[in-house]
Amino acid sequence: MVTLKIDGREVQAEEGKTILEVARENNIYIPSLCYHEEVTPYGACRLCLVEVTGNGRERLVVSCLYEVADGLKVKTNSERIAANRQMIMELLLARCPNNQAIQELARQLGVEKTSFKLDDNQCMLCALCVRVCQEVVGVSAISLVNRGVDRALATPFYEPSDVCIGCGSCAYVCPVDAIRFEDIGDTRYIYWPNNKMEFKLKKCKTCGNYWAPEKELEYIRKQANLPADAFDNCPDCRE
Amino acid sequence: MPTKSKPAKPKVKAILDSYQGDPSMLVSILQDVQAEYNYLPKETLTQVSQDLDIPLTRVYSVATFFKAFSLKPRGRHIINVCLGTACHVRGAVRIRDEIERELDIKPGETTEDFKFTLETVNCVGACALGPIVIIDSKYSGQMKPDKVKTLLESYD
Amino acid sequence: MAKTKTKRLSSPQELEALRELIVKGRDPNQSCIVICGGTGCLALGAQEVINAFKQEIEKGSLKNKLALRVTGCPGFCERGPLVVIKPKNILYQQVKSEDISEIVSATVKGNIVDRLLYTDPDTGQKITYEHEVPFYKKQKRLLLGDNSNIDPTIIEDYLALGGYATLSKVLFKMSPDKVIDEVKKAGLRGRGGGGFPTGVKWESCRQAQGDTRYVICNCDEGDPGAFMDRSLMEGNPHSVLEGMLIGAYAIGSHQGYIYVRNEYPLAVRNAGIAIKQAGELGLLGKNILGSGFDFSVKISRGGGAFVCGESTALMASLEGKVGEPRAKYVHTVEKGLWEQPTNLNNVETWANVPLIIKNGADWYAKVGTEGSKGTKIFSLVGKINNTGLVEVPMGITLREIIYDVGGGIPDNKKFKAVQTGGPSGGCIPESSLDLPVDFDQLTDVGSMMGSGGMIVMDENSCMVDIAKYFINFLEGESCGKCVPCREGLKRMSQILTDITEGRGKEGDIELLERLSATLADSSLCALGSTAPNPVLTTIRYFRDEYEAHIKDKRCPAGVCRELVTYLIDEENCPGCGLCVKACPVEAITDMGKKKPVVLDQEKCIKCGACYDVCKLGAIIRK
Repeated sequence: MVTLKIDGREVQAEEGKTILEVARENNIYIPSLCYHEEVTPYGACRLCLVEVTGNGRERLVVSCLYEVADGLKVKTNSERIAANRQMIMELLLARCPNNQAIQELARQLGVEKTSFKLDDNQCMLCALCVRVCQEVVGVSAISLVNRGVDRALATPFYEPSDVCIGCGSCAYVCPVDAIRFEDIGDTRYIYWPNNKMEFKLKKCKTCGNYWAPEKELEYIRKQANLPADAFDNCPDCRE
Repeated sequence: MPTKSKPAKPKVKAILDSYQGDPSMLVSILQDVQAEYNYLPKETLTQVSQDLDIPLTRVYSVATFFKAFSLKPRGRHIINVCLGTACHVRGAVRIRDEIERELDIKPGETTEDFKFTLETVNCVGACALGPIVIIDSKYSGQMKPDKVKTLLESYD
Repeated sequence: MAKTKTKRLSSPQELEALRELIVKGRDPNQSCIVICGGTGCLALGAQEVINAFKQEIEKGSLKNKLALRVTGCPGFCERGPLVVIKPKNILYQQVKSEDISEIVSATVKGNIVDRLLYTDPDTGQKITYEHEVPFYKKQKRLLLGDNSNIDPTIIEDYLALGGYATLSKVLFKMSPDKVIDEVKKAGLRGRGGGGFPTGVKWESCRQAQGDTRYVICNCDEGDPGAFMDRSLMEGNPHSVLEGMLIGAYAIGSHQGYIYVRNEYPLAVRNAGIAIKQAGELGLLGKNILGSGFDFSVKISRGGGAFVCGESTALMASLEGKVGEPRAKYVHTVEKGLWEQPTNLNNVETWANVPLIIKNGADWYAKVGTEGSKGTKIFSLVGKINNTGLVEVPMGITLREIIYDVGGGIPDNKKFKAVQTGGPSGGCIPESSLDLPVDFDQLTDVGSMMGSGGMIVMDENSCMVDIAKYFINFLEGESCGKCVPCREGLKRMSQILTDITEGRGKEGDIELLERLSATLADSSLCALGSTAPNPVLTTIRYFRDEYEAHIKDKRCPAGVCRELVTYLIDEENCPGCGLCVKACPVEAITDMGKKKPVVLDQEKCIKCGACYDVCKLGAIIRK
């Protein structure tokens, strides 16, 4: 265990944890868009910047990646931090001017409008979906392609992916609702910013409802080594 | 698009073998594949992914990240305009603009007859000759806008 | 050329015996024609010169009288193709294949071909010897000096000069700690950009916990207008390998990588040949020189991404992944390639190592300033008379480099600024020309050493355009991972484009400054955090140019196309028709002899070709 100070408050933390994790455990708010406890931190949105003082040196670090240490002093807000967060929000607002989640966070951080020309994106490339697909689902159907300003979220060749199982985890985890899915009749539709895919849903043998993509069920069945009829019924119709 | 015969897979296989199927050599492998086919045909990327046993997303992301790779067929002659700083202060942009105008393509594009592909490079380190245009591997130094037409016409 | 049978050397004595054998087989007084076969001279047609020499020597059966050596770059690219006659060091410049028979017959007779000598522009005197040419006089060529004594494809040339003897000394007479101490004492700082103390880095890597340790040589050199590392790798690859071997021994590493740009085909080739030859002699591989130390090196070719100069991005790329950097809160010396302790230095840093160990830290530390020791290679390019590679002691002033070594600005134009440090560096104005060049001084004026690009600009360079150039460059090279760099550079580029195209508005400068602060503070890696430097330094030193663009919609240097108009000065135009021929779009009409030409503004694309060819000042740029 180490002892550190966050905003003047002394807190105990497990070694190896990041400042952001420890702050959240202690109900100290640090804004962030690209962090999720289930996946490897990425450090891309830079909103979780904090000021740390250690070894007599004060510097800005991103709290989702910086590990706690004994005697560390952390400031989660200051004029300098606020100015950086506001500029980042201005940049994101210009990129995604019509995205509600981004508008809301911007307002929360004191930004009403952006100084820059407006684009029209929904996705802000935080790669949470990419990381969840790879690390949690274990599939890697989507990735960030191209470089720099041309960077985009897509499946290879922008074509339907052979490996996607239609589970929709990407949509669940997206912090700004840039990925959506809907089930209509016997089909699931997943909409990514640059392409979409359709999946056939499995019909429950008992109630007749379409309840999950066949590909996903098949994937889980194989992973868990379940018998062929394991998913014949939907969860509601299993005893 | 010209009708490209489906790439003979043994070529990719041979390249992969020369790197002992080591996925960490992905960038070099793709460079060799591109040298073989003049670009990275889709089938080759799929095969690289399968044979190296790495996700296609990773191969595709790498192939679209590095400037050296092209996923589209390129022309018979590759024009590279050096846009390094030394060439820039000596007027490289005017040369690029003139080539764009002459061929009616932008950097990264290929003429309809597949004669030329226009690319730009960030410095070839022959700064004494700037501005430089490299066609295939031939350097033409101290370029001027009015020399562009003659230079391009010398290729067939 | 002494051809020796390849046999693995298994002791320092065998290495020394081989060296003696090679030296004995060579006559130090025999004339040797040295031709630069570096990329610059090859681009100027050196291959034909080389072929012509071969034929001429063959034809006259002169093999016993004349040796021929194709080497790496001696630096004076402006005057290439370069030929030096050794041992006297007679320098012939701008040599063409038709000059060869004359050179050969003169050399055999002990004569000199006057017309191919360099003429001092100040005195009008011909200069015979290489070291007397002003370009070379103020240089201190510790690293580049051997380039003209070595054919990089022949390991015997390197061995003849005592190559790998330092490695042998290290392996048998020095402990790893002693090696690290020596490098620390020498004060060597990384030549790749940051200037971090090399010995300290090695020590941290040696002490870090891990199963395997790696050393990497960065030859990605993505800075536009810089080719120091390429020239070393092309011209003297064994010195780099020897440096890596010494470093690997000190750190405790058995596997090294050379990461080299694929746009440097000759460097890739020569590095490959060097690795093969060193391996055949047992200078790489298992049990080197019988010492029990193992080390091998692999080459990895970069895919063309400036961001891969960033160590963590380079390592990701070495692992076969997208070249994205990661946060360096845990340093790469602790967790780098494959999460193992990894030490990365650039080519020039590695090449310094054998020199330090061979001659001692005290000898090395005599050169340079308090905080920056040794020499630094710069590529001096842009609006400068003597374009080329220069190696100078740290502490020399910018003025000395630009005027004494570089020969000043062409066509008597006025100096405006010098840009150092590559795209992340800054533009330094006239008022700072007496600045002694070292890591700390350059940082003080808002620029940085970087890897050593030095781009000179004259009165015809527009500083807003230069800032736009670098920001556009960085925008294209940003990996796109973090928001401030990806989105911020895009917006900076938009603002600068607006300014240069006449759409600048009040407040743009302040917005650029605000953006700069965020990029510097919050970007993930050094590409983003240093990206504002070209903007900030040009605003700091050339604010009036920004204001002229924004307020008066005027480009004082006449570079920004949208703000420039070309007109014919009818009084001065004799109708010679040169501009008519030069115009690529037939916008200028010849009205007959002695009548001024007519320029059609509708057709004019403002390329400036007419302005360049008119020697009478009859084309006005407004």
